[in-house]
Amino acid sequence: MLLIDCPFCGQRPEIEFRYAGEAHVLRPIDPRECEDEEWAAYLYRRRNPAGDHAERWHHVHGCRRFFNARRHTVTDLFSGSYPAGTPGPECEAGQ
Amino acid sequence: MRFSALTLLRSAFDGQSRYPHQWRKADPRPSYDVIVIGGGGHGLATAYYLAKEYGVTNVAVIEKGWIGGGNTGRNTTIIRSNYLFDESAALYDHALTLWRGLSQELNYNVMFSPRGVLMLAHTVHDVQSIKRHVHANRLNGVDNAWLTRAQVAAFCPGLNMSPEARHPIVGAALQRSGGTARHDAVAWGFARAASARGVDIIENCEVVGIRRRIDGAVAGVETSRGFIGARKIGVVTAGRSSQVMAMADVRLPIESYPLQALVSEPTKPVLDCVVMSNTVHGYVSQSDKGELVIGAGSDAYVSYSQAGSAHVAAEAIGAVCELFPQFARMRMLRNWGGIVDLTPDRSPIIGKTPVPGLYANCGWGTGGFKATPGSGHIFAHTLATGDPHPIAAPFSLDRFLTGRLINEAAAAAVAH
Amino acid sequence: MSQSFRLRDKGRVDRSRPVSFSFDGRTLTGYVGDTLASALLANGVHVMGRSFKYHRPRSVLGAGVEEPNALVTVDRGRGRIDANILATTLEIHDGLVARSQNRWPSLTLDLGAVNNIFSAFIPAGFYYKTFMWPRAAWKSVYEPAIRRMAGLGPPPVDRDPDSYASQFDHCEVLVVGAGPAGLAAALAASAGPGRVILCDEGAEAGGALLGDPAAAIDGLAAWDWVGKVVAELSSRPNVTILTRTTAFRYGTQNMVGLVERVSDHLAGSTPGILRQRWRQVRACQVVLATGAHERPVLFRGNDRPGVMLASAARIYVNRYGVRLGSRCVVATRTDSGYQTAFDMARARIATTVLDMRASIAPALSAEAERLGIEVIAAARPIRAKGGRRVTAVEIEQADGQRRTLRCDLVLMAGGWVPVVHLFSQSRGKLRWEERVEGYVPDAATQAVRCAGACRGEFALSSALKDGFAAGQGAAGGDPGAIHGPPTCSSTEAEVDMRDVPMSVAADGGMAFIDYQNDVTTKDLRLAVREGFHSVEHFKRYTTTGMATDQGRTSNLNAMAVVGDALHRPMGQVGITTFRPPYTPVSFGALAGNNRGELFAPVRRTPTHDWAAAQGAVFEDVGLWKRARYFPKSGESMDEAVRRECRITRAVAGVLDASTLGKIEVVGPDAAEFMNRMYVNAWTKLKVGACRYGVLLRDDGFIFDDGVVGRIAEDRFHVTTTSGGAAGVFNLMEDYLQTEWPDLRVWLTSTTEQWAVISVQGPRARAILAPLVEDVDVSAEAFAHMTVREGRIAGVPTRLFRVSFTGELGFEVNVPSSEGMRVWEAICAEGRKHGAVVYGTETIHVLRAEKGFIIVGQETDGTTTPDDVGLGWAIGKTKPDFVGKRSLSLPGLTAPGRKQLVGLRPIGHETVPDEGAQLIGEAAPTPFSAQGHVTSAYWSEALDGPIALGLLRNGRARIGELVRVTSLVGEPRLWRVCDPVFLDPKGHRLNG
Repeated sequence: MLLIDCPFCGQRPEIEFRYAGEAHVLRPIDPRECEDEEWAAYLYRRRNPAGDHAERWHHVHGCRRFFNARRHTVTDLFSGSYPAGTPGPECEAGQ
Repeated sequence: MRFSALTLLRSAFDGQSRYPHQWRKADPRPSYDVIVIGGGGHGLATAYYLAKEYGVTNVAVIEKGWIGGGNTGRNTTIIRSNYLFDESAALYDHALTLWRGLSQELNYNVMFSPRGVLMLAHTVHDVQSIKRHVHANRLNGVDNAWLTRAQVAAFCPGLNMSPEARHPIVGAALQRSGGTARHDAVAWGFARAASARGVDIIENCEVVGIRRRIDGAVAGVETSRGFIGARKIGVVTAGRSSQVMAMADVRLPIESYPLQALVSEPTKPVLDCVVMSNTVHGYVSQSDKGELVIGAGSDAYVSYSQAGSAHVAAEAIGAVCELFPQFARMRMLRNWGGIVDLTPDRSPIIGKTPVPGLYANCGWGTGGFKATPGSGHIFAHTLATGDPHPIAAPFSLDRFLTGRLINEAAAAAVAH
Repeated sequence: MSQSFRLRDKGRVDRSRPVSFSFDGRTLTGYVGDTLASALLANGVHVMGRSFKYHRPRSVLGAGVEEPNALVTVDRGRGRIDANILATTLEIHDGLVARSQNRWPSLTLDLGAVNNIFSAFIPAGFYYKTFMWPRAAWKSVYEPAIRRMAGLGPPPVDRDPDSYASQFDHCEVLVVGAGPAGLAAALAASAGPGRVILCDEGAEAGGALLGDPAAAIDGLAAWDWVGKVVAELSSRPNVTILTRTTAFRYGTQNMVGLVERVSDHLAGSTPGILRQRWRQVRACQVVLATGAHERPVLFRGNDRPGVMLASAARIYVNRYGVRLGSRCVVATRTDSGYQTAFDMARARIATTVLDMRASIAPALSAEAERLGIEVIAAARPIRAKGGRRVTAVEIEQADGQRRTLRCDLVLMAGGWVPVVHLFSQSRGKLRWEERVEGYVPDAATQAVRCAGACRGEFALSSALKDGFAAGQGAAGGDPGAIHGPPTCSSTEAEVDMRDVPMSVAADGGMAFIDYQNDVTTKDLRLAVREGFHSVEHFKRYTTTGMATDQGRTSNLNAMAVVGDALHRPMGQVGITTFRPPYTPVSFGALAGNNRGELFAPVRRTPTHDWAAAQGAVFEDVGLWKRARYFPKSGESMDEAVRRECRITRAVAGVLDASTLGKIEVVGPDAAEFMNRMYVNAWTKLKVGACRYGVLLRDDGFIFDDGVVGRIAEDRFHVTTTSGGAAGVFNLMEDYLQTEWPDLRVWLTSTTEQWAVISVQGPRARAILAPLVEDVDVSAEAFAHMTVREGRIAGVPTRLFRVSFTGELGFEVNVPSSEGMRVWEAICAEGRKHGAVVYGTETIHVLRAEKGFIIVGQETDGTTTPDDVGLGWAIGKTKPDFVGKRSLSLPGLTAPGRKQLVGLRPIGHETVPDEGAQLIGEAAPTPFSAQGHVTSAYWSEALDGPIALGLLRNGRARIGELVRVTSLVGEPRLWRVCDPVFLDPKGHRLNG
């Protein structure tokens, strides 16, 4: 069971959280203006790296805040978490 | 060497000394007509049918480790075709048709055992959803039947039929032609048969890059054993699809999650069919060796760790103990994880990619094993002809652009 | 004669406390402290089981969890039958009933042993090569036969009456294993203030020291030292010692799973006592002191009863005081074999050492000579002879000469295998170590240290030192140690396997590798011949290492044989993954309390008990229990629902709708937030007005719906479906927090705070009017789709005038705590008018008559608003809302999508299955589905069946005929119609 560092509550066990997918996937500012391609990329296309991954967690059984965390998807080890809306640390491109 | 009881008899007298390698240990040639990346069941089946159905024998299957070492060797071996949508039913039923004669086709006993797949209904909503499947399946020629509560109890003795259960069983769908097979044998059987038809199976050879020509089309693969040229490349690397496709700058609508499975210690026969329940969230069958084979939903987060969290496996066990309270006394022997590539609509992607000569067969999610021969068969068609097999056509990559999804998950929330 | 094979002066068993138990129906005695295996051996019972494939008679190989052979079934009464229990770890107690397994008719006469004769026909993987013809015979003949033969013990058939629990523990240092290294580690780690948990799978601490009483530590005899250390640790408040507790799983971030066997070793069954407990320990630091297991030596017949591991023999003699035999041959590849030989000789067993090495340490030779032990150097065993007991062993000497040694005991010291399972599970890397001839821990990836034999420090003195250092390091350096590491005077040389000859039975003999699965050297050589060279391939092909002992005694020997066949060094054969659990763990322990009613929490509405008392039939909706209908005595569901429908439309009906999800959306930007979330336009919605809202996901498909009331300029009362509440709340929070954090909006889930009582029907106003204060409920003052705040039955309320039935209707929201009181008041008023109480089935019928959809029934996650005729709800001028962009994707606007229609029967009165398929009136064969029935009921108002369905191009096909499939008969004809069956103009809303 992962131990997840909520920036607002501290380290808590995984069962308090809901995983909410890749972080920093930008919803097009004006969806009316974007092509199908851009919209599909927002909806569906993901980096899915085997390596460092910036991802969203929802502290659903806690403060209910969404936040971002960086985790290595091969070792499952976290290397930091930060509030939603703040820029992520540089992620190594997954191989 | 042809396998039969006679072979065994003869070998008993020569000390088993005449058996050759079941598949050739091939070294890579400079180039191939087709390279299949990924030596799992789907990739090996693709190579076999390329050789057998389309006469394309200048084929290499390139495997990073040992064949059958990915999800082929990690799944819970359930085979069924009772999917809701016409497109899915056609795909999985095509596979089921091939399963029926696969041992004979390959001259390798893959132990396909149509022992019946029971999908339990616990709520009014379950009844609606499962009956919708049964009605749809029957139109599609898939032998799914509705069982009343009493029929369920008779078909699967030992199930907890108490109306006082937290999720009482009120009925079930039964696909009698569904069942299980011996997963390792599927990989080995396809490898042996493909190898016999001239396919090179190259193990311990990791693809590290996809080389492209000036016009963008594929030229071959860079591997840990050097460059290997190819006119066409089929990527069949469940659990690594995103990474391999990224080598050709293709980003897929796929996320990879751990999926756990476990077996109990072996006991004498106690469960003669496959039992699945979406509401209590678990599925179980008993292998020929006597182990209960158990699975559930995937872990919650993207990961390549092939592990997953203990509580997820424990929940699957809890679910099985709800269905069979007596199994609380069983003991878990092995627990492992695989990596499943999930698409947004939980249906696979089979076909062309934006890169000429590069084809994908991926995104089978939690249920790829059941499709193995069918997937290989239609993907071989796609690779050989350059056009998708009619069954594969709806499963194109561009459905995520057009919104023409085949959303089995939304329609049924079926995990496996 | 009872226990005639006890040594008078040896053992830790409590001879003052005899224990009576039964094995295969025979009543025997042992002592407190015995395992089943030691007690059986003490009674001269050696054969304890039959092997899996060849049904060979088997006795114990080991004395602990490494045991592959001696598996028994323990019978503690109905529902308490446990198969595959190791006799070597099973503590006996009075009344213990154990049975051997996998034999018929009896352990001594097992007809399955005929397989032994046919072994040449059934080598590894034989089943892949045959049983293929005729095709149908696999399922009907071959497979059933294989299944009957396979499996070990009997499966459980009765409900398990025992209870289990699970808990989370936290500590600074977790020490796994209470052998010498673990005890030393715990001593060091607990000298500071940090919490220390020390666990051991055994019944008592001590580990290997329990079989080695002659060792001396800190000037004390081993057992005294163990006692002193345990007492010392027990006296420290920061230490928890858990015996009978196995660490079975090492997860991420130092989460280690332990299973504690609380009462398995106790006689009888005390009701309510916990059987096992799953402890999930989160430790800052972990010390693994998990020891090592011994390897068998490979020779023909190395599975004969009487052939066992040298370390096990030492334990049976020293710890349990069992006289294993009278004449013993120790086949050794290590110095440790001599320690066993010395102990055997001291127990007055005539002993010969067969040393496979050429040179022997002089000290060992001298001691052997002193004890009268014959030592044969540079020799190896070829075969053990005998049937149900070994009678002799044939050996080959350095000069090639063979001779036969008569004996009734062959002890194998093939080398040591560090127990690296947990370290490997922790994702630590393993390294091949030639000195050990095995894998040892290399770099760790978590805060874990290995100590003692599990990292190749086998000698007692090094294990103690190593454990102490690991404990000290884990506790953070110098914990102010009051004393240094425990020391021992032993001069035992460290194991060095370099240049020790390997016996791999190259002469074609059938030496057993995996005892339980009956995998032999022949099987492995066949696998190699057939190209199964990867370790995972030969493992899976031969099944070596896949039995319940997980290859503890077989993996290294398998590597040796395969390495030999491939001409590859052992260290390059490869290693398989160490998968959890370390030893098998009961499902009960892992399920813990999550069984029965606690499997999933039950949510109940405020009127639940009342409804139950009225005889309501409930249905599960998500976690909720909802009253489905309220049958009068003798009524069927159909009859009850028809009555409830009839009276509601004629008079009024009352429904507990408390399960509706409720979210309070508040803030200056609340209307803007609602605009962006829902498809509807909200800006112009007046305070006090309501609107039916539709919520999509960004993929354009319907996610939820519900009536939304504007309570104030900056306050919306949003309702959701019962099942969708949590999902909607999550979705709202997601967009608010991450897409539009600039919006000043606050969200509160109020589902549990509001009880909702729906009163529908022509008399609804008349029923509520006497109860309502501060709200003018007249038709003029309180229009349809408005909301007012006031009081009802003295309780504050948000009173909605809404209708999901097409009737004049109100939804009374009151604080949940007052829900029952208000319910009773409304029901009392209702009774005066002859109103009825109804459940979910009736509301489903009533809304279907009006063509109102239920999300999840008319929609399935692939349905757009337009598909179900809700295109009108979409705010056309809004620049954006969740899902808007997707609605213009080709797939969502394509012609031929399925659309919501109504269906009326033609010439029959059959209610179809929900989920039945719609096919053409005279469709060609094979039929192709054009849609499906989403809802179907007997309509009391229309006095016949009605159905809603999704039909391809449905809205353009009104008036056409279609057929609806049936599972029991021919498809029946239906006419496509508008989905609003009743009162299309909505007159009834006015009462």
